[in-house]
Amino acid sequence: MSSALLFAGAGIGLLLIGAWALVLRAHLIRKVLAINVMGSGVFLVLVGAGAMGGVVDPVPQAMVITGIVVAISATALALALVLRIANATGKPALPEDRERDLMDEEGAR
Amino acid sequence: MTIESRRGEPGPWLRVGLGLLLAAVAGGVGLVLLADPVAPGLAGLVEGELERSGAENAVTAVLLNFRGYDTLLEIAVLTSALVGVWALGPAPRIRETTPSPVLLGLNSVLIPLAPVICAYLLWAGKSHPGGAFQAGAVLAAAVVLYILTGRRPRPRLPDAPMRWSAVVGLAVFIGVAVAVMGTGRQFLEYPVDLAGMLILLVETAATLSIAVILAGMFIGGRPEDEP
Repeated sequence: MSSALLFAGAGIGLLLIGAWALVLRAHLIRKVLAINVMGSGVFLVLVGAGAMGGVVDPVPQAMVITGIVVAISATALALALVLRIANATGKPALPEDRERDLMDEEGAR
Repeated sequence: MTIESRRGEPGPWLRVGLGLLLAAVAGGVGLVLLADPVAPGLAGLVEGELERSGAENAVTAVLLNFRGYDTLLEIAVLTSALVGVWALGPAPRIRETTPSPVLLGLNSVLIPLAPVICAYLLWAGKSHPGGAFQAGAVLAAAVVLYILTGRRPRPRLPDAPMRWSAVVGLAVFIGVAVAVMGTGRQFLEYPVDLAGMLILLVETAATLSIAVILAGMFIGGRPEDEP
């Protein structure tokens, strides 16, 4: 198994973990983290796939640099929004999730 | 252990459905990756045109010349994200702290080094890994380190210079992209003999903007005069 395939495979794994948490977790900071994990997965898939032909393709690498910067700016904006939501409503969650116990998400049910 | 359905809790069907959907995504992407033969990709094409791009590093050539649109829009995204953060309110006040001597000691070494590393990365981007984003990130990191010392209750950079330097990268990029038009050339189509210089000009302006934008996002609110 080539290392490029390993990177791409790990990227798929990260994408799945992130998507799972994005849907199921209510705490907005967890959702922002989940989007970041998903993004890292996509970047790994792109870079891995770009290196699988033997020659390293610079185009996916350039796309990933662009993607990283966009991900950073989206994260910063999302965190600023989370802060505003938490300040305005007292709970860092969306209206439909506000009754869930945010601190107990992982705990015994 | 009894499973009682609490309000708003994701039910078992949501979990099953999400699991199936994600398994399908993983299977699909995995199949594409394992498919044989591997598509040839664009490496050869980039290699062939590298000489005419004005950059010796393939990634820089793709970023600033072949796919200049992406980078232009990316800087636009950065700028709009900062505007979005500013639109949400003034920078939050942070607790005034006595900084740890370790942080202060590190800062006295790292902060003066940052502009040097930034300039190196910017210049090296032409022929080695590096470029505007890496350089801007290093500069922004120096600002973040300074803010972390907590010496000022409301961290901010001077108002007007900060606003101007946040947009100068986008403005110069658009300016260059439009200025090269004419005599049959398209938007962003650099003349071959000027490409190197234009790329350096765009990257220098972008570095300043990226550093200010990243630092501004860390500060987390619009710059304002002290109340």
